[in-house]
Amino acid sequence: MYYLIVFLPLLASIIAGFGGRVIGDRGAQWATCGAVGLGALLSLYAFFDVAIQGNVTKLELFTWIDSGSFEVDWAIRIDQLTAVMLVVVNVVSALVHIYSVGYMSHDPHIPRFMSYLSLFTFAMLMLITADNFLQLFMGWEGVGLASYLLIGFWYEKPTANAAAIKAFLVNRVGDFGFALGIMAVFMVFGSVDFDTVFAASPEMQGKTFEFLSIDFDLMTIICVLLFIGAMGKSAQVPLHTWLPDAMEGPTPVSALIHAATMVTAGVFMVARCSPMFEFSSTALVIVTVVGAFTAFFAATIGLVQNDIKRVVAYSTCSQLGYMFFACGVGAYPAAIFHLFTHAFFKALLFLGSGSVIHALQDEQDLRKMGGLRKVMPWTYWTMWAGTLALAGIPLFAGFYSKDMILESAFARATGAGEFAYWMGLIGALMTAFYSCRLMFMTFHGEPRGPKEVMDHAHESPPVILIPLVILAIGAVGAGFVFSGYFVGDGHAAFWGTSILMLGEDNILEAAHHVPFWVKALPLVAAVSGIAIAALCYLWKTGIPGRVATFNRDAHQFLLNKWYFDELFDLLLVRSSKWLGYQLWKIGDRQIIDGFGPDGVSATVIRIARRAAALQTGFVYHYAFAMLLGVAIFTTWYFLTAWGG
Amino acid sequence: MVTDTHLYAAATPEIFMACAAMVLLMLGVFRGDGDTRLVSWLAVAAMAVAFALVWMMPGERVITFSGGFIVDGFANFAKLLILLAAAIGLIMSMGYVRAEKMERFEFPVLILLATLGMMMMVSANDLISLYMGLEIQSLALYVVAAIKRDSHRSSEAGLKYFVLGALSSGMLLYGCSMIYGFSGSTNFQAIAAHVGESGQISVGLIVGIAFLTAGLAFKVSAVPFHMWTPDVYEGAPTPITAFFAVAPKIAAIVLFMRAMIAPFAEATADWQQIVVFISMASMVLGAFAAIWQTNIKRLMAYSSIGHIGFALMGLAAGTADGVRATLVYMAIYLFMNVGTFAAILCMRRREGMVEGIQDLAGLDRNDRPMALALLIFMFSMAGVPAAAGFFGKFYVFMAAVDAGLYGLAVVGVLASVVAAFYYLRIVKIMYFDDPAEPFVKPIGPEMKVILTVTSLFVVFFAVYPAPLLEGAQAAAAALMP
Repeated sequence: MYYLIVFLPLLASIIAGFGGRVIGDRGAQWATCGAVGLGALLSLYAFFDVAIQGNVTKLELFTWIDSGSFEVDWAIRIDQLTAVMLVVVNVVSALVHIYSVGYMSHDPHIPRFMSYLSLFTFAMLMLITADNFLQLFMGWEGVGLASYLLIGFWYEKPTANAAAIKAFLVNRVGDFGFALGIMAVFMVFGSVDFDTVFAASPEMQGKTFEFLSIDFDLMTIICVLLFIGAMGKSAQVPLHTWLPDAMEGPTPVSALIHAATMVTAGVFMVARCSPMFEFSSTALVIVTVVGAFTAFFAATIGLVQNDIKRVVAYSTCSQLGYMFFACGVGAYPAAIFHLFTHAFFKALLFLGSGSVIHALQDEQDLRKMGGLRKVMPWTYWTMWAGTLALAGIPLFAGFYSKDMILESAFARATGAGEFAYWMGLIGALMTAFYSCRLMFMTFHGEPRGPKEVMDHAHESPPVILIPLVILAIGAVGAGFVFSGYFVGDGHAAFWGTSILMLGEDNILEAAHHVPFWVKALPLVAAVSGIAIAALCYLWKTGIPGRVATFNRDAHQFLLNKWYFDELFDLLLVRSSKWLGYQLWKIGDRQIIDGFGPDGVSATVIRIARRAAALQTGFVYHYAFAMLLGVAIFTTWYFLTAWGG
Repeated sequence: MVTDTHLYAAATPEIFMACAAMVLLMLGVFRGDGDTRLVSWLAVAAMAVAFALVWMMPGERVITFSGGFIVDGFANFAKLLILLAAAIGLIMSMGYVRAEKMERFEFPVLILLATLGMMMMVSANDLISLYMGLEIQSLALYVVAAIKRDSHRSSEAGLKYFVLGALSSGMLLYGCSMIYGFSGSTNFQAIAAHVGESGQISVGLIVGIAFLTAGLAFKVSAVPFHMWTPDVYEGAPTPITAFFAVAPKIAAIVLFMRAMIAPFAEATADWQQIVVFISMASMVLGAFAAIWQTNIKRLMAYSSIGHIGFALMGLAAGTADGVRATLVYMAIYLFMNVGTFAAILCMRRREGMVEGIQDLAGLDRNDRPMALALLIFMFSMAGVPAAAGFFGKFYVFMAAVDAGLYGLAVVGVLASVVAAFYYLRIVKIMYFDDPAEPFVKPIGPEMKVILTVTSLFVVFFAVYPAPLLEGAQAAAAALMP
């Protein structure tokens, strides 16, 4: 069964990718949707079998690499953590596949698109079922590749190409850290196998190694390196810049890859490596601070963005920050729980935005929307479900997971924990504000777009709406149905040994016993965020403009995303370009070409000219050359044979 | 040592050639230029008979004419190659001679005499007979080079060749006199005995060897004594160039080997350095100087200088393997060069012969078989594997490496890379450039046969190389027992 789950998407991808011409658009759609849909159903069964019944298994496929002391098996690891991820990945992926049938119906390259989507799904499954770091890394790179291909899917668009390259490059930075981390793991533990490494981790606590005559803590170094990889993939500051740009890809891609699955790979990896992170308090503090800061930072930018997808993208970035600081304070189940709920409501918001964009003939600017409530009732109501889930309104999914995270952070009772709590709280306020701002600007008020576009706006076809409805059910129900298992009383039984949590008292237990105001404040923040948004965008629509004019600099600062892109451009891009240009000009053109191919051929030509010029045609020159030759011979003899 | 009763028997082919030359001269004098074709064919027949006579020679070594004349496997192998090359050369010239209206019965007779000289060169066992053979050959060739008397260029070529040849002969003679003076003999065996006895080689002998080497290097047109080659190749009528490029080269290089190894085998270390130098210089110059040539005959001149450099590599090794490699190289060189010149002789338009490399443009579309043949020869000369030329190079490189001459081998490989450029450029011009005006067709049947046979040899040498290799092996063993 697990083989089917993992390899069906690969098979579908190959069929659609290489056989696309033969089976046509329809065939490709059926093949991929069928394969991933079947995978989703199997995943649901696997979830009950593994997570509820507790049937943890591990399937050895074959030995992958066996070189000296380096041995890597190819194995599928199915534990509770994997089972949860299987559901998230396969269900969202299946819905996005179906949605794509409608959304991409006018695209000329449907088989290619479907093939990429399935390829991504396979890589993601590879990642979450990995049994060792190398396999994880392969999936990690596989999703990176699929992401690159899909962001740049509309390759005629220069911005899409640029965004694809940016995503790839920024991820390389993280991957470099990740690869170093894996190498460090092998160096220290002599293996990259999860079980071996995790079993040996406690002994490594506190061990150090010397580098440049400074002692470093081994576990901290390894964990920080791994976390750098996670930062790249999960868009944490300062490696977040690729995520907003990645919105150049088709909207289903944003929903699948840049909201529900790939970007959460970093969170998954940290949770998977909890048996290592738990032994480095320093690394955990770093994770907490980075996560908390990202949660706050991305939310501030989300406040002022005008592109509907970018608002959602920054929101994703911010929510990933919540997940990370949950990991950082040791509440891994809370992080995974948020990952789980977030996958539903964020995919829903993206697909809903896609539905709007589709209806408005590819218009993405919030300022040119408005008044769509009547025209698109299904989209409108399902998106409200997602928005309320995101804002953290009781009974909706986000409420359970986000509150759990904030309470855990407070319960950790460390400086970093408290920092995370307050950052998260302010973030929650802003989240509520910008997500409702999006809703109000899109669906309420007067239509602000060009008349002919607004008149043609229409509700999307069922193939788009059905995924929305299913996701909306998840966004509403996933919280209270599963909170008991994930983070409630049953969490110890639910997670089994797949996640390690140290500490005298269980953090999740402690989170239930925090003061009342700690629990109440997030809700207050959410409600006030919604209220402010309603005030600004429903009743007193002049307020935002005045605030923006009044705080001009602050507004510009946020609108330009804290000038991160400009900073990177100045520090990294320009200097690399300068370096590259110089290397090309001096190193390659002048030195290598100059002395290499060009130099050699130029020299040959020069010598050839001279050699040909020797032939003057005058007999006395020839005779002179002969006499010179004899003279040289004789001298040579004297010097060598006789002289020596 | 065989007694005097066999005095003449050992020299039967040479005596026959000399007589044939006299007879044909008489025939020509009485019949006039009108019968040049007949005389030519008779000359070819004479060579064929001589070939048969050499073929039937017993393998053992015979020294006769008071030690001045030697017949052994080495000399016989060389004579067979020389006769073959000379006969083919003569056959190739006939069509040209008629077309260019330069029918002179002296021409085949002179070729016959030159060939006789070459045969004597390779059988020389004495400095005197060496010089005599050399001069018989050279005097005939000086005349042949200038045979187109009314052509300015032909006369110039003949004159240059004569003046420089005289200079080289002077050097050679001077070297011979030094060697005689310091060793007390002109006989190779006696000199060898002297060198072996004294152990230490004297100053006079060293100077003598240097001058002797210079004279011989002129004949093989090795750098820096090569200067006459491009001018003479270009200036002389094409069939004569074709003749120059093959038979005298084989004779001269065989003589070179004999003159170095027979008397001075004990002093190999002394002359080896010089041969290494001229070998390197020839390969490098042959590779570089040819790049800018636009005239195919001039290009072939530099090409032959380069090939001589490779062939000398075997001599430089100073071993039996080296000698064998050189002989194999020269045999293959014979076929490649004869074939190439046959193709060049077919480069005729209505207005006359053309010699520009660009005139070959698009030959593939004008005359596919000829382009294919030329392609085969060019690949072979460049040393592309599977073609015969590759094996020729391979054996000399092996010999050089076995003898520890790594530097020489490396220079050789690099030079062959550079040289590949201009060979492949010809291929590119033939196959990828826009077709030029086609050549006159049909070409003579004898040309067709020669082109076919030589290109088949070059292609299929790799399949059955044993006869040539074994023959060369035996010849080398005769020189270096």
